[in-house]
Amino acid sequence: MALLDVTGLTKSYGPLRALDGVDLTVRAGTFHGLIGPNGSGKSTLLKAIAGAHFPTGGTIRFDGADVTTAPPFQRARLGLSLKFQITAVLPELSVYDNVLLALQAHDRTIDLLRSRSRARLAPRIMDALDRFRLADRADDLAGELSHGEQQWLEIAMALAPEPKLLLLDEPTGGMSPEERRVTGELLAPIKASCALIIVEHDLDFIKNICDRLTVLDQGRVLGDGTTDEIENDPRVREIYTSRV
Amino acid sequence: MDAATSLAPATAKRRGRAFRVLPGVELITLAALVAAPFLLADRPELVTLMTNILILSLLAISFDLCWGYSGIMSFGQALFFGVSSYVIALVGRDLDFSQLWATLPLAMLVGFLLSGLMAAFLLLGRRTPTSIFVAFGTLTGAYAAERLVAGWQYVGAGNGLSSIKLMAFGSTEFVEGPAFYSIALGILVAVFALSRWLVRSQLGLVLAGMRQNEERLAFFGYRVQAFRALVFSVAGAIAGLSGALYAYHQGFTGPSNLGPGLSTTAVIYCLFGGSGTLIGPVLGTAAIEGISFVLSDTDAVRQFWPVILGFVLLIVVMFQPTGLLGLVVSTRERIGSYAGRRR
Ligand SMILES: Nc1ncnc2c1ncn2[C@@H]1O[C@H](COP(=O)(O)OP(=O)(O)OP(=O)(O)O)[C@@H](O)[C@H]1O
Ligand SMILES: [Mg+2]
Repeated sequence: MALLDVTGLTKSYGPLRALDGVDLTVRAGTFHGLIGPNGSGKSTLLKAIAGAHFPTGGTIRFDGADVTTAPPFQRARLGLSLKFQITAVLPELSVYDNVLLALQAHDRTIDLLRSRSRARLAPRIMDALDRFRLADRADDLAGELSHGEQQWLEIAMALAPEPKLLLLDEPTGGMSPEERRVTGELLAPIKASCALIIVEHDLDFIKNICDRLTVLDQGRVLGDGTTDEIENDPRVREIYTSRV
Repeated sequence: MDAATSLAPATAKRRGRAFRVLPGVELITLAALVAAPFLLADRPELVTLMTNILILSLLAISFDLCWGYSGIMSFGQALFFGVSSYVIALVGRDLDFSQLWATLPLAMLVGFLLSGLMAAFLLLGRRTPTSIFVAFGTLTGAYAAERLVAGWQYVGAGNGLSSIKLMAFGSTEFVEGPAFYSIALGILVAVFALSRWLVRSQLGLVLAGMRQNEERLAFFGYRVQAFRALVFSVAGAIAGLSGALYAYHQGFTGPSNLGPGLSTTAVIYCLFGGSGTLIGPVLGTAAIEGISFVLSDTDAVRQFWPVILGFVLLIVVMFQPTGLLGLVVSTRERIGSYAGRRR
């Protein structure tokens, strides 16, 4: 059974149909790319999966449960993790505290009050920071990091709780080519434990890391298949040569 | 980028050893409060003033927990304060009972339940409430309660309840004076320590995260509104305790103790002293009540006191939003560090 099953998803903003009957299936352990021109509904789709808004129609099943209208915290508990398009680290907290917050989200209130988690989770936090080359910035405020580092911190935060599915909306936006390459390298090893849906405009980047691609255009699925299939699909070519 | 990275560890280290101002302010305040009754032994009216400051500081702290730590703009703190003051006045009048070991916890319970109920309405709905909605909701609650009580004969209507039975422990009764002061100080220190522990715990870290990006915390899996409701209820209990002590100390309570007027005064205490610091509200209360005391002999000033307070609030909000303490405490220190050792 698929990890994520989206069927017939619709989202209307007034007369605008940002999503218009979208189907999407993601299996465990696959990297799934979401591409399409500006305004095609990619972010809207990710947000519906995360619970940032509820769809107008259709269903979302995650890990066997219907989560179409579940609040975000419940989806997080089921193993869903995300990084939105706009970077959202907590700028006035230390890098360390940012990851700590990501890790203790499911602790009971009484445990939060007793504050044992800070020491208990230290190895995992430093491990997460190490993986994203942020270990020596642990005590700095997250707001002091460079833009690229903030993106990494957010990915580190999203991965720290060991989710089953990670949603990334343009994680390499504003990164230098070198930082992009490193990001690809940093993401590769998570495949063993976590599926990924990633939105990217950089087609080379996405072809390198993804197994499957879904193409959106004006809220509809234009194509869905393996990276090679999509690359050779003439309709997709048309969009990417004429309109982007 | 390279310059920034090479500098980073050095600055981090410097910050680690950074001089902290808040503990110093806390200690000096505590020392002053402990010394006060001895220094003021021959000025009973000043001991009474200081006792009032201690009691109202509790109300200011309760507002700080709401606004400074949880981002709840509550104009309803006086509601919990006032209802508890009426409850202990009625228990004294109708049950002839005023043992502090029972009535003070009762006042806290009343504040806790009432604010919990309000939180359930305002915070725990299916949709995330806006801060304007919460501000108006609490304001309306306080206003409605004031009107209701002002027209209710059983609780003295517009005249309120006077000659409240003196607070007692066993056969000892407490009138205003050094003994009452000591009790109030003990309670303030205990409440302060408890609040400090709360906001410096990992729960406090969650609150700090919420203040910066509430949505992000929800997507981590935090039940943001449930934490808000919890802190709001704890703050309600503290406001209730404050109201009971106030009524015992004054021997009187009235409708204005429930209303938006006193709620707003609590806002001013807190913002003037510096919200999000706990000790700031105590200093703010002392400053405002102290000035009010000094100026209260001048008729013209007394008449315009609410207007003056309004201006103080405006000036603080516009020019010094971090309050008095913001002048000496850095943002980094205010946002703080959280309990528990690392590595
Ligand atoms: N909150 C909203 N209210 C109204 N319209 C919205 C809202 N959010 C998105 N839209 C519209 O929905 C459509 C899809 O937007 P979406 O952000 O999902 O596109 P996208 O594929 O992520 O684009 P981009 O590549 O630029 O990030 C756009 O036409 C956008 O203007
Ligand atoms: Mg987008």
